[in-house]
Amino acid sequence: MSIEFDFQEGADGVATLTIRGDMDMNSSPEVREKLTGMFEKNQKAIIIDLSAVPYIDSSGIATLVEGLQWSHSSKNKFFLAGMTAGVKDVFEIARLLPVFDTFDTPADALAGV
Amino acid sequence: MKTASGDAIIKLENVTKSFGEGEKKMVVLDDFNAEMERGKITCIIGGSGSGKSTVLRHLIGAYQPDSGKIWIDGENVVGMNVKEMNAVRKKFGILFQTGALFNSMTVEENVALPLKEHTKIPKETIQIMVAIKLEMVGLRGSGHLKPAQLSGGMLKRIALARAIALDPKIVFYDEPSAGLDPISIGVIDKLMKDLSSKMGITSVVVTHELPSALRIADKIIMLFKGKIIFSGTPEEIKTSADERVSQFVNGRPDGPIPFSKTQKDYGEELKEMSYY
Repeated sequence: MSIEFDFQEGADGVATLTIRGDMDMNSSPEVREKLTGMFEKNQKAIIIDLSAVPYIDSSGIATLVEGLQWSHSSKNKFFLAGMTAGVKDVFEIARLLPVFDTFDTPADALAGV
Repeated sequence: MKTASGDAIIKLENVTKSFGEGEKKMVVLDDFNAEMERGKITCIIGGSGSGKSTVLRHLIGAYQPDSGKIWIDGENVVGMNVKEMNAVRKKFGILFQTGALFNSMTVEENVALPLKEHTKIPKETIQIMVAIKLEMVGLRGSGHLKPAQLSGGMLKRIALARAIALDPKIVFYDEPSAGLDPISIGVIDKLMKDLSSKMGITSVVVTHELPSALRIADKIIMLFKGKIIFSGTPEEIKTSADERVSQFVNGRPDGPIPFSKTQKDYGEELKEMSYY
């Protein structure tokens, strides 16, 4: 399954990236490239919509950790939204669920910016 | 070609393996059939010389059977060439009994090695992945150490971090509890359970540590003289009426499973040692 992206940039400096497909060893470099481009634009907040990601492995999680690192150094926000149960399990086993700001839906995340 | 029935990700079909020739020929696996379900933990138990390690060595491609088929994720690995087998090996991780870490490398470098060798993932991402794996085994902060600076339990956990570095579909464990203290065994047991239940990883565990098998297994297969004498759940093995199974479960020294493997009469062998 190849990975697809849907990028939406609001006027308020909040960008939402919807990812569709498995985030694994094959696709993670592509996700990283996409995110790096967003980091360079210095968005006020980035929301990652994961509701169409059925599977994530540690390379996918590590790629999202790079978002956390960006958020830490830029003082901008990096939110995850819409995790499926399977994806949440992998975050749990990696003990990273409490480290991220997570929301049930992108709308909830937007309200939290 | 898919042949495995049900949701079996691993299937051994009529596998026979013997070592030696003529009078010294020893059949280690005798028309062996077994299945391991996707996402479940299968523990293979048995006494020394029962054939359990031989099964594992066939599964990882270290041994070729004399006859039979071995299906891993839909592919028969028997007779595969090195290139084909290496492609299958990317689907599984192995936790060796000895750990098999590189002593010249740091812990971090050991865990990162499969990622650098087999993927195109950037080094920044690899660094984070290594931290995640070390946290999973409870050893984040030990990345800069060399294997010689670690205890046996820590080495085993680092080796597990490396075995799961590539997020494999299957992990083979060779005596994961051997030589570990109870807390380290508990950490590894819990991790094996979590990898199965939360990441859907299939685990095949060769062990003689029955308490650990009872804690973690979805299915236990017990071998005796190269044949399966029990296949079922941890609850079922505790009440098995088979005397060989019961002897193993209760740790009785005397019973149908002999303490000594020697075929030759003890007295005769001692007499033949005489110089008179």
